[in-house]
Amino acid sequence: METTLAQHIVTDLPQVTWIGVLIKAILILAIISALAGFGTFIERKVLAFMQRRLGPMHVGPYGLLQIAADGIKLFTKEDIIPQNANKLIFMIAPVITAATAFIALAAVPVFPDFTIPSWIPLLGDTFVPSIASDLNIGILFVLGMMAAGLYGPLLAGMSQANKWGIIGAARTAIQFLSYEVVTGLSILAPIMLVGSLSFVDFNAYQAEGIGSWMIWQQPVAFVLFLIAGFAETNRTPFDLLEHEAEVVSGYATEYSGMRWGMFFIGEYANMITISVIAAIVFLGGYDAASSIGWLTIMLKIAFFFFLMLWVRAAWPHVRPDQLMWLCWKVLMPLAVVNILITALVMMA
Amino acid sequence: MSLEQFKNRNIGTQNYVALDVGKPPKSGLCQFKQVVKRTFKGELFVGLWVTMKAMLKALFGGDMHTIQYPFEKLPISPRYRAIHDMLRLLESGNYRCIGCGLCEKICISNCISMDTRYDENQRKEVSEYTINFGRCIFCGYCAEVCPELAIVHGPRYENASEQRAGYSLFEDMLTPIDKLNLQQEYDGFGAVSPNADENIKKTPLAY
Repeated sequence: METTLAQHIVTDLPQVTWIGVLIKAILILAIISALAGFGTFIERKVLAFMQRRLGPMHVGPYGLLQIAADGIKLFTKEDIIPQNANKLIFMIAPVITAATAFIALAAVPVFPDFTIPSWIPLLGDTFVPSIASDLNIGILFVLGMMAAGLYGPLLAGMSQANKWGIIGAARTAIQFLSYEVVTGLSILAPIMLVGSLSFVDFNAYQAEGIGSWMIWQQPVAFVLFLIAGFAETNRTPFDLLEHEAEVVSGYATEYSGMRWGMFFIGEYANMITISVIAAIVFLGGYDAASSIGWLTIMLKIAFFFFLMLWVRAAWPHVRPDQLMWLCWKVLMPLAVVNILITALVMMA
Repeated sequence: MSLEQFKNRNIGTQNYVALDVGKPPKSGLCQFKQVVKRTFKGELFVGLWVTMKAMLKALFGGDMHTIQYPFEKLPISPRYRAIHDMLRLLESGNYRCIGCGLCEKICISNCISMDTRYDENQRKEVSEYTINFGRCIFCGYCAEVCPELAIVHGPRYENASEQRAGYSLFEDMLTPIDKLNLQQEYDGFGAVSPNADENIKKTPLAY
């Protein structure tokens, strides 16, 4: 029944052309990388306020142009490649992180769809969809791409001939391999309920207001997904990969300039992606009919983004052994039990 | 104190109080119970609330701790000993300095040098007065010894310079005549104490 609903929505929309998808892809690239830069500013500000500091203040009003200053610095800094590094892998590793983060965003609905007004030459009347590529296995694709993104830190750490990098790469392996399991299993229960892997179907399933949100039916899955999402995006309780106090900068120790910057654009894009998934799968998603509906999902995404910064200010991070203990002995059994109970309730 | 106690270098080991953290879990079930208890205790949310409260207080309660230094400055104690000021008499605007030379005498780093002469009213005045701030250790003796509260320590503490020897002339330190109304009475080093009136003995005029 849900699939028919989705088909109904899809057939309602104008024809999606390749040029519309191209415009959408350029829009995502431009806006999300700008938002990633803005995210660093917001992170510095929020962390500062929570520690009763001011944060960046001097470049532009309230330090807003700090992003521009940082960007100029990153672009003009010397790109150092260590002598004993595996140069090819060292050079492409940050590209993997950034590229997979943006490829994952291709299947996520970001920003409302619109039609370019007809008075604009060449591109007039082009329909730009809200999802660049509306896959019927959207969630699987996004989670798979984010999992492929772990090759970035892994290869970076192993190629740079630096012991901190090696430790960072080893931690990448244990952390991401552990948490991929929890991410997949925790989101499996909502998928069983909806009976589809498409974000559009998830959105349609929760269309009847706050009462129909998935979080009320699957609170355990929500918490598990959130915890796993923090680990996936390498955020504070689980930021083992590059924890300064322990492994200098982990996998990013030898990186400088824009290659280092690409890791962080990728990390912030992943934060946005996880926020979008959490908002669509558990918190009702967007209301495609009105712009207010898009505003609500922006608020939800902003809340999840803020939560990541908030948690970073409040909580200490865990040791690698604690992380694996938490994942394999607590979260994974909980996720399996959650799936079992969901299945039993669905069959009853 | 006996010699034995002196020889014990492990100071404080006897008086430590063990914090009550409960018994460590023995069996697997106890461990499980501890995990469940800690999971549902909500301690993590206490941490979240503490940081949120700090942020709200910093943003809206004026509890921001940052001083944007070159633009904002913390108030300093009146007893802080920074670059010297030469004060004027408030009524006439004349120098308070009477050229007695006590500050030059007492200066332990020999950084004050002065010369005096008689002016047209046969009043002693300072003709040369320099302080070498490369040598000055800001001990405050000059301000303490000054009988007229003429040389005092002012609030200017930003005295980085390009050269070691930095000489300051009398006119540089003197209160400008047009800023006389802004001159602050010095209540720091060597100033008259607030209860000076009670301590001073009335001069007997009977004889």
